[in-house]
Order: sequence, then C-alpha cells, then structure tokens
Amino acid sequence: MTSPDAPTRARLLEGARAGLPFGIAAGVVAVSFGVVAQGAGLSATAAILMSAIVFAGSAQFTAISILASGGTVGAAVLAAALVNSRFLPMGAALGPSLPGGPLRRALQGQTVVDASWAIAGRGDGTFDRWLLFGSTAVQYAGWVGGTIVGALFGNVLGDPEALGLDAVYPAFFLSLLLHEIGDRRSRIVALLGALIAFVLIPITPAGVPVLAASVAALLGLRGAAARAARERDEAAA
Amino acid sequence: MSTSVAVITGCALVTFAIKAAGPVALGGRELPGWFTSVIVLLGPALFSALVVTQALADGKELAIGPDTAGVAAGGLVAWKTGSVIGCVVAAAVVTAGLRAL
Repeated sequence: MTSPDAPTRARLLEGARAGLPFGIAAGVVAVSFGVVAQGAGLSATAAILMSAIVFAGSAQFTAISILASGGTVGAAVLAAALVNSRFLPMGAALGPSLPGGPLRRALQGQTVVDASWAIAGRGDGTFDRWLLFGSTAVQYAGWVGGTIVGALFGNVLGDPEALGLDAVYPAFFLSLLLHEIGDRRSRIVALLGALIAFVLIPITPAGVPVLAASVAALLGLRGAAARAARERDEAAA
Repeated sequence: MSTSVAVITGCALVTFAIKAAGPVALGGRELPGWFTSVIVLLGPALFSALVVTQALADGKELAIGPDTAGVAAGGLVAWKTGSVIGCVVAAAVVTAGLRAL
C-alpha cells in the first residue's frame, strides 16, 4: 500500500494496478454489451460511442433493454438515471475529498465508477482521488475496448447468454461486496440493503431498489450517536 | 439512428449531472463525524443491492436461474481466493455449463 502522500504518479499507478482485474472483468461485460446493443437496434458505431461517452455499465444495459422491449427514449433515459442514482450518495461521499472549484470537482466526479470508488476509499470516509483516477482509467479502457470487440465481432462470438456473460456483472458486484464486509456492522448493513432491494424489485422501476438500499447505511448513525455519547461521558469523567 | 443519438445523448447528460452533483455540492469541506459513519456503510448497502437485483431478478420479475448459481459460484471463488477475474470466470463458466445441460 502506497502512503497517502506518495507522489501522484505512484498513486495513479497503484490505482491502475488495483483496478486492472476490474478492468478485465468490465471488458468481458462490455463484450456482451456490444452484442446486446445491436440486438436492440444500435449500430456498432452507436454502441461503441455509447460506452465511450456514457461509461456506465448497468445504466447502459438498462437503457438498451428498455429500447429493445419497445420502450420510448424518455423511458430509457429515465431508467438509466435511476440506475445511476447510486452515484449520488457515492459522489456526496467523495465530494469533500476533491479539491478545486465546482467545475473542476464536477469533472473529477465523472471518474466515479463502482470499483474505483471502493478502491479509492480509505475506510475513514475520505478518498484518494489519484487511486480513483488510475483505477478508472484502466476500467474505461476495458469497457470501451470490450464494447468494440462485442460490436464488431459479436456475430462470431455467439449468444452472450449461452456463454454465461450475463452472470459476469452481478459476480463483479459480488466481489466488490466481499471487499466491503469485513466487520459485523457492514455485514448487517449489506443484509439489510439486500432485503430492501429484494422487496422493492417487483413493485418499483429499475434502479429504485438499489437507490433505496442506500438507506441501510443510515445504521451508521446509531454507531455514531453511541460513540459521541461515549466520548461525552469520557470527557465528563 | 436518431433514436440512438437521443438515447446516448440523454444517458450521457443524466449520468454527467448525477456524477457531478455530489462533488459540486459537497466539495472541499470538513464533514461531521456522523456523515463519515454513514459513508463507510454505503458500499455494503449498494453493492449487495446490485447483486440482488441482477442475480435474483430479470427486470421486475424475480428470476432464479443458471446465472444465479453462476454468481454464487463466482462469490465462492472470490471469497476463497480474493480473485476478481477468477470470480467472473467461474460465474460465466458455471452459468454457461448449466445452460448447456
């Protein structure tokens, strides 16, 4: 682990190294996106452009699946927004760790993707932005590269479902989850988040179950209140 | 093509706005301790919800299938070896294998 005040370049590289496995996994998922997008009526160029510009896997899959099932552009964009809404709490968490004016922070915020956000977290509520940038750069390359392969050579590869590629994305998130549940409280929060999402799946639009699950993190307030009370008691004693 | 352009532009704009919101609103400040206590628990909450919505459902329908078993196999590999690549490969192989049966 490089120390927080190591040179920028070293931290960028460390982020890239940490992000590499996720970049490769993102590449595999992106291949299936390249294939699926064409099934939904996007040209190969459009599929590649979408990955390069939007760069948000689950939102892209959601938008495409709505188009494929005959939904409107508005419905597809709205669903993508809901699926991406988890980046609101992630961005709020990251915000205090980003320097510069509003525009610079907005641009730096674009580099948030799930794995990078998890990698860049120092575990104390702050984030190392260079780890974030390094890790995201590798995943961006994997995501766009995989989409190019899927879009151009999809017909050679065959049915993404027969290849089991639809299991890759949830497995990717599961490996992220396993990194995050080191202690008892985070395991309880994970279970609660899963339960909230599970209950909401049949009754809310795509994306809402995940956003709503973030409410489970409010369990952290209980610990915070207890800690504050303990500190008050200790100060008083 | 115009549908594609509209969807790509729309998705790009909403994604930009969503990712910018937090950093613009909360940049460069000290935040209270309770905020931090909640932040460190966002990962477990969000990632477990993502696993559930993708492995146990197909859109709004609950759907347990070969991909569910594949994801579980991937989780086992990730837990035992810590390998992300091993995890996703196991998930794909097990899912494809069950579908080929």
